[in-house]
Amino acid sequence: MFGTGLLKGLGVTLKHALDTFEDDRESVPDRYKGSLELGNNRRIIQQPIDQEGLLTIQYPEEKRLLPERFRYIPMLIWDSEKHEDRCTACGICAKVCPPQCIWIVRDSDENGKPVTRCSEFYIDAAVCMSCSFCVEFCPFDAIKMNHDYELAVYDRNPQLVYDMEELTVPLEYYAALWPTQYEEEQARRKEEEEQKRKQEEEKAAKAAARAAAKSAAAADESATAAKPKRSAAELQALAKERAAQRQAQAADGGSSDDDAATAKRARMEELKRKAQERARQRKLDAGE
Amino acid sequence: MTEATAVAEAPANDLGLEQDLADAVLGTWAEDTEPAFVIAPDRILDVLTRLRDASGYDFLSNLTCVDYQGYGGKLRADIDDRLEIVYNLYSTSRGGGSIALHVRVPEDDTIPSATSVYPGANLQEREVYDLYGVKFDGHPNLRRILLWDGFNGHPMRKDWHEAYYEEDAKPFRSRHPQGEYAFQEDKLPWAKNTTYPAGWDPDSWEQAVAYVPVSQAPQHDDGAHLDTESIVVNLGPHHPSTHGVFRMLTRVEGETILALEPEMGYLHRNHEKIGERNTWLMNMPFTDRLDYLNSMSNNWSYALAVEKLAGIEVPERAEYLRVIMAEFTRIVNHTWSIGFILNDLGALQTPALYAIEEREMILDLFEAVSGARMMCNYMRFGGVVRDLPEGWHGQAAYLANERLPRALDELDRMLTENEILRARGRGVGYLSVEDLISLSVSGPMIRAGGLAYDIRKAEPYGIYDRFDFDIPTLPNSDIYDRYYIRMLEAKESVRILQQALRDMPEGETLGGRGGYTLRAPEGQVYSRIEAPKGELGFYLASDGKTQPWRYHVRSPSYINLNALGPMSVGYKVADAIVILGAIDIVLGEVDR
Repeated sequence: MFGTGLLKGLGVTLKHALDTFEDDRESVPDRYKGSLELGNNRRIIQQPIDQEGLLTIQYPEEKRLLPERFRYIPMLIWDSEKHEDRCTACGICAKVCPPQCIWIVRDSDENGKPVTRCSEFYIDAAVCMSCSFCVEFCPFDAIKMNHDYELAVYDRNPQLVYDMEELTVPLEYYAALWPTQYEEEQARRKEEEEQKRKQEEEKAAKAAARAAAKSAAAADESATAAKPKRSAAELQALAKERAAQRQAQAADGGSSDDDAATAKRARMEELKRKAQERARQRKLDAGE
Repeated sequence: MTEATAVAEAPANDLGLEQDLADAVLGTWAEDTEPAFVIAPDRILDVLTRLRDASGYDFLSNLTCVDYQGYGGKLRADIDDRLEIVYNLYSTSRGGGSIALHVRVPEDDTIPSATSVYPGANLQEREVYDLYGVKFDGHPNLRRILLWDGFNGHPMRKDWHEAYYEEDAKPFRSRHPQGEYAFQEDKLPWAKNTTYPAGWDPDSWEQAVAYVPVSQAPQHDDGAHLDTESIVVNLGPHHPSTHGVFRMLTRVEGETILALEPEMGYLHRNHEKIGERNTWLMNMPFTDRLDYLNSMSNNWSYALAVEKLAGIEVPERAEYLRVIMAEFTRIVNHTWSIGFILNDLGALQTPALYAIEEREMILDLFEAVSGARMMCNYMRFGGVVRDLPEGWHGQAAYLANERLPRALDELDRMLTENEILRARGRGVGYLSVEDLISLSVSGPMIRAGGLAYDIRKAEPYGIYDRFDFDIPTLPNSDIYDRYYIRMLEAKESVRILQQALRDMPEGETLGGRGGYTLRAPEGQVYSRIEAPKGELGFYLASDGKTQPWRYHVRSPSYINLNALGPMSVGYKVADAIVILGAIDIVLGEVDR
């Protein structure tokens, strides 16, 4: 009969409407079950896989629970146990980066010899394609993916060009974001360190034996140490230039050192708060 | 092997050609790689015709060009010709692998157009003309397609450099260890980054509509018609019905379409040029951005091509994971496509929203496993990047065994018998399956015309030969069948998913060598998969370095548009919208 197809279809829409309506009448609708209440109508919602009816997340009050592997923009890890940046300026992340959005300046010591530390590290977040290759190939676990996706700003340059200060986060923040991976990594790192220590002990023992035999010959070779590439005067000039540049930049932005320090403190507070929030969320998740 | 006289006879017989065409075959491209025959430029049409008619190679899958200027490999050490056109032919009746033909373009950059033998060469030849400057004799409409008339040069040529050109190959040296950040627009301010062809003035430029067939006003001298005027109407580029930034240039008389030309390129970023600068691995996340609804299939197709070229093995578990992701992707794509066909028919939003409800669940799963909902970047050469997280398998099994079958049945119940859908869809946009094949159309479109051609069966890749599934076909080749075939295919995908999730073994997910320093051995390869939208192929050529020498994407959305004009003529404007919707294009893949 003409029209039965239409009626059948309308039956389906009616079922959807009823499902949603029914769910909404419950004291705690399905879509809020297992979600984290932050007060003031703010929630973090996990969409159940057997959800029936419509699910609308009232962003920005309500947000989705992000899975651990969620990747957005990279962050640099500050190892709070050892009080140092994990980054060694090896440059692998800059080499594997498909859109080439990572800029690294390797630091050098007072003789101009390169050291395993970067003095500057930029990521152009407007160019970054969130592929996570930098994380995959970093041999030092120094760069990880951040979950912070609310990055909207008015100007692409310089606001979306993150420098080292903006990129660096403490290890605890990373641990809260990526708990499973963090634990695996810590276990692996401990094991590696243990092995390294053993190897070094063996090496030291061997070297001591050898050194005793060759102490005479070693004295001659000590003269062939690496020469600095740049003279001390040149380096000083470079450093001055950079400092001047930075000052000029700061003056352009209209911010003094005090402002910068306050901003940094505020950012660290913000990061801490987010890490705590995330940790709470995980606990709640694990409790179910 | 490249000497014209020495080996003329043997390869001609390999090709299955009679003696009278033996002299057309100059030799084989190289001994160690996939077999490919070098054909004399003036005989190419004879060879193509013979292969089509006598040997059953009725499907011109891929037509592209390679610029060998500065090629470092030894395979082409003694050859001066710079440009080479590549044809990949398949047989839809027999299935199986391809025949590859190469034609070295003579000095004046002109070769005969294949459109008289394979009308499907139309868009592909225009692309080659646009990006390489090769002129095709006898092409009906040889204009630029992805770039505009005021574009200076042919960008895929190796000596062409873009506005912010840095180096020929990544990684760029300016990034490390002295990577002082420089804002590109400071180096070359906007508006100073454009050059025009010599003697070309942007102010006096008017877009040409003076080409056939849209320019021709029909003549009604027979007195049978009221003398009405036909007009040219642009549908798009900024209109929701075009599924992106896409323009249909039409000549209409009243509501009836007399001629239609697709106009594209608004989203063109020269993906392939970027691909030649990138290292092999760097291209992986870029493939996500082709057909951005189906990043998993794109990843897989590219990974397969590189694995074929470099001979990389894939562990068992990774094969299963790839099938699972690809079939989930197919369901995502087909439900999306169904929803938006209905949208184009005027059933605004409700069917579309119901159709993509399950998509959310699937994208959640993708996000949990790969870290992103759409730009998954999940596969690597030799496997997949990560194993499944805890609890994933259970959720996927719930979806495949309970939720998806139920949801597809419900969608079926809601739409399939709907009288309005039938009235609008039956008999609209008809094109015979023979015409579709000659236009190089692939995927659900030809299966809705009754031809059971699916690469998963015709030339199985991965582990598809292990699963029990059917290739649904429908006989009518109209809008309604193109809608319904997607429903049936999604149901078959559910079957594959159930089997794959049941049988998946434990084990490694990533084979040994496919990292960022990969150097693919010298050679060339064409590899294709059955992507949700049709045949997605990658043509790769390597000179043994860390970057591809040539990286070409044979994208189904783009080539299926060959059929848009022929399918729309004679129908109403409102039908043309749905005809486009039923081809199912994504502009990220069309424009590349």
